[in-house]
Amino acid sequence: MVLGSIFNAGVSIEYYIVLSTILFVIGAIGVMVRRNAIILLMCIELMLNAVNLLMVAFSTYFGKADGQIFVFFIMVVAAAEATVGLSILVMAYRNIRTTDVGLFNKLKG
Amino acid sequence: MSLETITTILGGLTIGAALMVVISRHPVRSVLYLVLTFFLISSNYILMNAQFLAVVNIIVYAGAIMVLFLFVLMLLNLDKDSEPKTHILVKIASVVAGGILFTVLIAALKDGIALGEAAAASAQNNEGLVQNLGQLLFSKYVLPFEVSSVLFIASMVGAVLLAKREKQVID
Repeated sequence: MVLGSIFNAGVSIEYYIVLSTILFVIGAIGVMVRRNAIILLMCIELMLNAVNLLMVAFSTYFGKADGQIFVFFIMVVAAAEATVGLSILVMAYRNIRTTDVGLFNKLKG
Repeated sequence: MSLETITTILGGLTIGAALMVVISRHPVRSVLYLVLTFFLISSNYILMNAQFLAVVNIIVYAGAIMVLFLFVLMLLNLDKDSEPKTHILVKIASVVAGGILFTVLIAALKDGIALGEAAAASAQNNEGLVQNLGQLLFSKYVLPFEVSSVLFIASMVGAVLLAKREKQVID
């Protein structure tokens, strides 16, 4: 059984464009405002999810599944990125005892 | 309750949870609000008939990635007191820059819709189901699928290599 899309039931695509843009901007503001490196990585995840939401909205709107396959690959890349980013952070914390990105300014070994 | 009311309430809750990720001072609370945001985004996926992605989103993001973040936060023992402070001028400048980014993005995206009105009218609305996605993933996108496994191996090796305790300590 296949239900009708919500875009046929009166919800416009502009609603999802605005929603995912707001989510993306919140993530971008978070990257600029916060200084804890872990929160920064989380804000990047939030921005990736905003893009995913817009991809799924357009995929449903146009009836093409390719957008949802791309969302799947974005999730794969996000998982790999979070793993490597967090392990770099743990190593940096071991060396300088902080996760404040304002103090990550010494490139000496 | 009409469909538009439901989507508006869901969207408002999603934006509220995402705002709390940025606003909360406590890092663990931030992570929990991000998990809530992912659940709300998944409910949006279900509304858009993308069941497979809704389930994968919960399993991969809320289940795996955010638990990884929580583990690292607890490993590093970060709490409210160790949270670095941001200058008020930086905060104001960031919000202004974000507002400008929002305006530009909306202006750029709102003209892109008119291009595909005819294609949208003939949509079948079953593209988000597992059968459809699986057939596409293993026929047209089988090469990217295999390449992503190489990416996972590389990131796994990298994570193990980075997290391994070094023998000599650099002062």
